Amino acid sequence: MILENFFVLTLIKVAVVAFVLLTTLAYLQWIERKVIAHVQLRVGPYRVGPHGLLQPLADVVKLITKEGLIPSHVNRLFYLLAPFVAVALALTSIAVIPFGPQITIGPVTTWMQLTDLRIGVLFVLAVSSIGVYGVALGGWASNNKYSLLGGLRSSAQMISYELPLALAVAAPLLLTNTLDFRDIVNYQSGYWLGFIPRWNLFPEILGFIVFLIAGFAETNRVPFDLPEAENELVAGFHTEYSSMNFAAFFMAEYANMVTVTAVATLLFLGGWTPPFPEPYSDFIPIILFALAGLVALYHGLNPVRRMDKFTLPATALVFLGIAAIFGLSLFVPVAKAILMALFWFCGKILVLLFVFIWVRATLPRFRYDQLMRFAWTGLFPLSMFNLLVTSLVVALTSK
Amino acid sequence: MTALIFFIFAGIAVFCGINLVVQTHPIASALSLVGVMGSLAVLYLQLGGEFIAMAQVIVYAGAIMVLFVFVIMLLNAGAEATTFQVSRFVKYLGAILLAAFLGLISLMIQSTLPRTEGVLFGAWQGTTLDVGRKLFTAYLLPFEVTSVLILIAIVGAIVLARKEI
Repeated sequence: MILENFFVLTLIKVAVVAFVLLTTLAYLQWIERKVIAHVQLRVGPYRVGPHGLLQPLADVVKLITKEGLIPSHVNRLFYLLAPFVAVALALTSIAVIPFGPQITIGPVTTWMQLTDLRIGVLFVLAVSSIGVYGVALGGWASNNKYSLLGGLRSSAQMISYELPLALAVAAPLLLTNTLDFRDIVNYQSGYWLGFIPRWNLFPEILGFIVFLIAGFAETNRVPFDLPEAENELVAGFHTEYSSMNFAAFFMAEYANMVTVTAVATLLFLGGWTPPFPEPYSDFIPIILFALAGLVALYHGLNPVRRMDKFTLPATALVFLGIAAIFGLSLFVPVAKAILMALFWFCGKILVLLFVFIWVRATLPRFRYDQLMRFAWTGLFPLSMFNLLVTSLVVALTSK
Repeated sequence: MTALIFFIFAGIAVFCGINLVVQTHPIASALSLVGVMGSLAVLYLQLGGEFIAMAQVIVYAGAIMVLFVFVIMLLNAGAEATTFQVSRFVKYLGAILLAAFLGLISLMIQSTLPRTEGVLFGAWQGTTLDVGRKLFTAYLLPFEVTSVLILIAIVGAIVLARKEI
């Protein structure tokens, strides 16, 4: 059977993951603009497609067809290398992230993961620590003082926040006693007292908070987006970039966000394990999607605006269809395993991504000295304390 | 396959090492060093030292070299000016003499050192568990001494960096 061939199977998996990831990155931007718009009482993208749903497509076409300008006085090699480095490293980490358990489709048995490393956690840390070169080089090669300042800030910030990040990662690793993402998730399956999930979140709540905050800084997001502080540095390290080079930096930022949230989900939120015991958790997605569909149907039957008569029932149909798919999957074990794992994993990632966007819409930017003081006198001791307490508890309870 | 990967990355390491010396601009040199570190990490990985490989990338390529690049950017160091002109004849002669010198040294090493078996791919017991166990049992004293040394260096750096104490 050709599908059992390692290379064929891997190629298929890579194609699926790459397609889904790149589409997600494009739509993440749409989600971000929409959420921020609604927080600020605007409607956000609305013109291209229904509710601006085709806006990402339009943006991609716009960015591809724009002229890729290379300013004079830039260091050509590094100027062109920087966005490539940034986006390549940002997309690499996804290769070791597992999305679900082992599945068997017909004769083929495979994990819902591109590649399994015994040192997956270290790999993600390593790739993210090299990722700073993209930003730093881009800022330096542009030969522009705003870009240079952005690149400098970015390197200093990422070195500083990598410490609390790594220490926050180390604490759940002590609990699970492995560096393999699969084993980490397997450790977190099961329930205390029958209903509390055994996620690392509960013993490691402090580590989770530190990880998220350091994650904001690592991905250069508000409130730590000093490298591209618009009011001080125009656009920071990517001021001189246009067209696809600019898009590459943009993609790298969103890909990093997805990676950070995926790692947080795997380390602290139990990966694809549902938050409720087995028979109950199966009905959650059905209820959720059916409820959304029914709400849309209700509003479609009592239209407020002229077009609601058509759009809302159509939306309702989509949601009810998804609910039906989840319902039918209960009778097909393979489909159920895939869909449930994907639902919970993507659901947790989306919730965390929403937190990222929510914070961006809510918090103002730090000043640079505040940023550094916060990292070294706030987060670092906190994560160190968390690690020490965790190791003490592990040392006392093990054996 | 493993031999091919070895030669590719060994080649990259040597090329980056030479490039590091040849380049006149500090940033280019620093990035060549990153290339050396990265390809060394791949070689460690081939030997089976997965933890060492990742530590190499995280610590050297990801932290130390970023600091190097950071400082070079901060000081805005430009390309090094060459102070003297070398004639083409001297360059060629130098290359030949260098090759001969290196050949002699390798010959000497080969003849004097005892013959051992070559290192096998995947021969190291380099999993994180093994490294950790060795580090905290067999090599505990060197490990602790190294950490104290680094601590002293940090304290010294802070003392030097502070204007007044």
